[in-house]
Amino acid sequence: MAQKFEEQAQVRKQMQIADNIFDLTLQTQEIAKHAKAGQFVSLYCKDGARLLPRPISLCGIDQKEGTIRLVYRVAGKGTKEFSGLKEGDTVSVLGPLGNGFSLRNGRAFLIGGGIGIPPMLQLAKECSEKQIILGYRSEPFLLEEFQEQGEVFVATEDGSAGTKGTVLDAIRENGLTADVIYACGPTPMLRALKAFAAERGMECYLSLEERMACGIGACLACVCQTKEKDAHTNVNNRRICKEGPVFDAREVEL
Amino acid sequence: MNTSVNLCGVTLKNPVMTASGTFGSGEEYSEFVDLNRLGAVVTKGVANVPWQGNPTPRVAEVYGGMLNAVGLQNPGIERFCQRDIPFLRQFDTRIIVNVCGKSESDYCEVVQRLAEEPVDMLEINISCPNVKEGGIAFGQDPKAAERITKAVKRVARQPVIMKLSPNVTDITEIAKAAEAGGADALSLINTLTGMKIDIERRSFVLANKTGGMSGPAIHPIAVRMVYQTAKAVSVPIIGMGGIMTAEDAIEMILAGASAVSVGTANFTDPRATEKIIAGIEAYMQTHQVEDIRELVGAVNG
Repeated sequence: MAQKFEEQAQVRKQMQIADNIFDLTLQTQEIAKHAKAGQFVSLYCKDGARLLPRPISLCGIDQKEGTIRLVYRVAGKGTKEFSGLKEGDTVSVLGPLGNGFSLRNGRAFLIGGGIGIPPMLQLAKECSEKQIILGYRSEPFLLEEFQEQGEVFVATEDGSAGTKGTVLDAIRENGLTADVIYACGPTPMLRALKAFAAERGMECYLSLEERMACGIGACLACVCQTKEKDAHTNVNNRRICKEGPVFDAREVEL
Repeated sequence: MNTSVNLCGVTLKNPVMTASGTFGSGEEYSEFVDLNRLGAVVTKGVANVPWQGNPTPRVAEVYGGMLNAVGLQNPGIERFCQRDIPFLRQFDTRIIVNVCGKSESDYCEVVQRLAEEPVDMLEINISCPNVKEGGIAFGQDPKAAERITKAVKRVARQPVIMKLSPNVTDITEIAKAAEAGGADALSLINTLTGMKIDIERRSFVLANKTGGMSGPAIHPIAVRMVYQTAKAVSVPIIGMGGIMTAEDAIEMILAGASAVSVGTANFTDPRATEKIIAGIEAYMQTHQVEDIRELVGAVNG
């Protein structure tokens, strides 16, 4: 069992990098040492009226510095609270949580959509033979950092940058091919990628998102439907926070 | 200083247990909490066969609380007996199995299956607001509550705790009916039915539309209901509902609870149970309470 750590992490820096999107670097004791791409952490609010931890995926892991980087969207009052954290402040963090990505052999598509883009950055640093496809609504963020890691193709819903449309439109327009897909993003995108991978006989690993409560596999809030009966739950669903968030697309029903 | 309590012949080393559904069968939380410290682990509800549960989203946060509509997903009693009971047996804590069902015979099947298992007590969930059949239907009508209690008691080998719903006009009526049916103890309160609407999407946040509300916002309601019920029945009461701190737990005990369950607090702090136990001990020391039992129902006036 991978070890989890509960820490009071210190804020090293935070800045806003796009509309409602924040980039937070936390100094940790143990979490950074043990984390891998595709895992997430739970951040706890200071306001006692907000009870549930916020699961946020790791955008960066610096083992030497002992820091983790979280790029998140302000989606409600909890993330609003985090967006006010300043250098030197502390925040309660639990992690690393979930399974993370496991790299396979072959040429890879690294695909991120919306706020599913940040977790692909750490993977991009670890994956050698890759093409990166990023889908934005409009304004791109983290784009330069991805470009430092390899060839990047952009799709935007409004056509303001790259291909107008979805990440699949960008793949088709540029005639891209690969052996394996790693992706994180909204469910419609993941559903389309699952179908695309099945059609082309590609391996496909998807990072799923769901409302969570405990974050450690006890409460059964964040399940996804599975094709086969799951060993733990004994029914056709699996815990995203524990066995996921990354699943083989063939295993899950989206 | 004595922190141990006796619930219908079963001794707990302290009055703090976990609230069903928030702690699984303890395995996940055992990374954070020494289960040996707990008075008891109350497991997530288990039925005669596996239940898939509700569609997602199953949880939503609300101010000072949360809504859940997990829908009693569980692996079924066979898997539970093979895996969860042996896991819990490794620890020096009491095992209380929460039992759910859609019909009287479902409940009885589980209770019978547990007869020969090394579990200390049974908690019968007749108060889940998130399943269409069974669950709360047994907990909202005194006659139905008495009938299901009697049926379960006939086949149970362990003491039976009936877990009551606050979603009733008068919880003492249901409590009295459960007592008349032979309940050895009562757990209260289960969650209050709530709803949350996303005003941007104009849609329900929970796939189930409604969910059970828990958390500190419901604590005063739970304290009131424990107080009223303690006055109305003579069986011991396990108090729960929004206990976040030792102070909340002591309040519940003063209202008349012999033991308490900690639920939503586990999500806010995985070590909440142990902290609450330590806090109760500290309170007893500060207030020179020799025996925790002195505090049960000891509110003045």
